[in-house]
Amino acid sequence: MADTGILIVGVGGQGTLLSSRILGEVALYSGFDVKVSEVHGMAQRGGSVVTHVRFGKRVYSPLVGIGQADFILAFEKLEALRWAGYLKKGGMIIANARQIPPIPVTLGLQKYPEDIDGILSGAATTHMVDASKIASDCGSPRSVNMVLLGVLASRLDFEKELWLKVIRETVPQNTVEINTEAFSRGYEFLQG
Amino acid sequence: MKKLLLGNEAVALGAYEAGVKVASAYPGTPSTEITESISKYDGIYTEWAPNEKVALEVALGASIAGARAMACMKHVGLNVAADPLFTSSYTGINGGLVIVVADDPGMHSSQNEQDSRFYGRAAHIPVLEPSDSQEAKDFTKLAFEISEAFDTPVMLRMTTRVSHSRSLVEPGERMDCGLKSYEKDADKYVMMPAMARARRAILVEREKKLQEYSENADLNKIEYNDRSIGIIAAGGAYNYAKEAAPGASFFKLGLVWPLPQELIKNFAVSVERLFVVEELETFIEDYIKTLGVEVFGKEYFPKIGELSYEMVARGLKAAGVKHEILNLAFENSIEVKASSIPSRPPALCPGCPHRGVYHVLKKLNLTVTGDIGCYTLGALPPLSSMDTCICMGASIGNAHGMEKARGEDASVKTVAVIGDSTFIHSGITGLIDVVYNNGAATVIILDNSTTGMTGHQEHPATGFNIKGEPANRINLEKLCEVVGVRRVRVEDPFDLEKFERAVREEISSREPSVIIARRPCALLKRNRSKNPPYYVNTDTCIACGTCLEMGCPAITNTDVVSIDESMCAGCGLCAAVCPTESIARGDMHG
Ligand SMILES: Cc1ncc(C[n+]2csc(CCOP(=O)(O)OP(=O)(O)O)c2C)c(N)n1
Repeated sequence: MADTGILIVGVGGQGTLLSSRILGEVALYSGFDVKVSEVHGMAQRGGSVVTHVRFGKRVYSPLVGIGQADFILAFEKLEALRWAGYLKKGGMIIANARQIPPIPVTLGLQKYPEDIDGILSGAATTHMVDASKIASDCGSPRSVNMVLLGVLASRLDFEKELWLKVIRETVPQNTVEINTEAFSRGYEFLQG
Repeated sequence: MKKLLLGNEAVALGAYEAGVKVASAYPGTPSTEITESISKYDGIYTEWAPNEKVALEVALGASIAGARAMACMKHVGLNVAADPLFTSSYTGINGGLVIVVADDPGMHSSQNEQDSRFYGRAAHIPVLEPSDSQEAKDFTKLAFEISEAFDTPVMLRMTTRVSHSRSLVEPGERMDCGLKSYEKDADKYVMMPAMARARRAILVEREKKLQEYSENADLNKIEYNDRSIGIIAAGGAYNYAKEAAPGASFFKLGLVWPLPQELIKNFAVSVERLFVVEELETFIEDYIKTLGVEVFGKEYFPKIGELSYEMVARGLKAAGVKHEILNLAFENSIEVKASSIPSRPPALCPGCPHRGVYHVLKKLNLTVTGDIGCYTLGALPPLSSMDTCICMGASIGNAHGMEKARGEDASVKTVAVIGDSTFIHSGITGLIDVVYNNGAATVIILDNSTTGMTGHQEHPATGFNIKGEPANRINLEKLCEVVGVRRVRVEDPFDLEKFERAVREEISSREPSVIIARRPCALLKRNRSKNPPYYVNTDTCIACGTCLEMGCPAITNTDVVSIDESMCAGCGLCAAVCPTESIARGDMHG
């Protein structure tokens, strides 16, 4: 695999950090140099959050810069739009179809953009995933992060077994089954 | 086997391996995880201090006693700790002493963007700056060696992206450096004028030696490549520069104070054009200019905020650097045709007890001198109930100053709001000022029984220590009473009517008063008793927007007003303000 940059974006509190941890560990196991840049602090209180994951032979900057993202994995649609400009030509957007209106939108001060699917599809290969529904079907609405990670994993050149191993090592013991199930459902999403 | 560690975790590992015995800190993004992580190692006494000044004093005391010791803080914490910092440079150390300071370029979670390197220079202590987690660990260990070799406190400067990025680290063994013997030495540790004058001379000599050290230290590395440009950089900025100009020659500094004059001059003459890439101030650039060396820097790169590889690449391109040695990937990004993208500012969480307080303050249309914590989010729409936010502890002094400037009429319309952790950190001294100087300020302590903003650390009024073990608990009511406040009351911020009455009474009293708004943070595990979520009855809802004015992220009005049950914490504040009684608890729905 060539040097790869992935942005995982969403709303503070959605569990983006766990996905980036797992992705980072998978790349580490595979012998890559890895950098993962996380968001801690204020934005975690419901703000727009972005985690940068980069791996390759030698990675300097922990940030996926403009034109350096091969993938944008979005836990929320508006956030996909916000960060889309970081994608390199030929890159891919994988986004949760879910909308979470930010407070300024709820207050009527700003508008939630209407045709996000259209705008994104017009700009890059885009897969909208109803991850929240898939996660609920698996029995845990909170496993959205695993569903989306599964979709991403199916587009990367790591063995599925390795992903499952890292997930088992990372998530709390009593949630392994639900999380691996959610991951697998995501993994199959684009194969269908 | 290498581990994928946060820069902050790597500093903690470095401290562990260096044989640190005592670590004291006050939390602050982006430094918090250093101390949290240290507290998990055996063999290191770790504590949350009430503030950074105390943390550094504790670390210095441990160092004087012969142990390797560390104090950790965010950049603004160093302002609070500046007093012991400057004089610890005079006394020097016994066991190695390292002060870790994390700057926040871009102000992700801070009220200003100050550059801590200046403190190192001003206090005449060496400053090390790592660029990734492996270096964070290595430099931490080295910092202790330098500290002991030169008899000086050492600053380890981190920045948000180094602190909060994970990269590979090779773990090592803990060294047992034991305790150095302690001997009374008033000339060294008692800084009265006569002794301090002598130490001042020693400090100047020491800085000369450190200067020589910097000329030979492995920490500073030259990498020759294309010699049409040479770039001097350190820390996180080095990564961006390396990414932006992979073909350039580099001088990577690990020691950013004192700077190696001779090496810099030699590097300058061995390349055609010299650039400095640094975040925040022109610290290195100005120094190089004083050497009479021609150098380019901030005329091409932003002085404000964080850097990125593309900012550096754009700057170098604008400076006419040949494209072959640059990375211009940013020119190959997709184009997105979106008109306007709404912002997503952080907000008080669903179930946050602060919301009740701000609802009341907004209703009463008061002037609110504010402070720093989650509750600062009450300054944003729709609550918009804060007039000032300066630094930790400032709310009370600000309220007192307003009263003294504008008189009693202003006083009855003004309250100070301050978090429980912030009150202990530096609010108590402000309250003493009010009492002592016959003020009549009304102070609301937002007691959510945790340090919320930085990720739920314990503090002296929670009853637990950093390891989560039971600890002596400072009683806030008694503390306020004992400094002389006669009107102290505890109220529940979710009881809106009673809380409003309390505020009305206290602002109209002609003496200092404290309302402790007590209810635990909704995210606190040990206090979480989750109520069932609330629902909106759309048949009776008249979409008046009153509930939306509470600014709860769980309430939306996409087509109709509704509550997201996965987010709702069941606090019931929306139901309490609904004029048509259209919001009810799930389990009370017919
Ligand atoms: C001098 C200084 N140290 C640390 C910080 C980081 N910081 C910001 S708010 C805060 C504490 C917030 O706790 P609390 O006052 O209890 O309010 P809460 O967030 O729980 O509402 C801290 C530690 C800072 N801004 N300034």
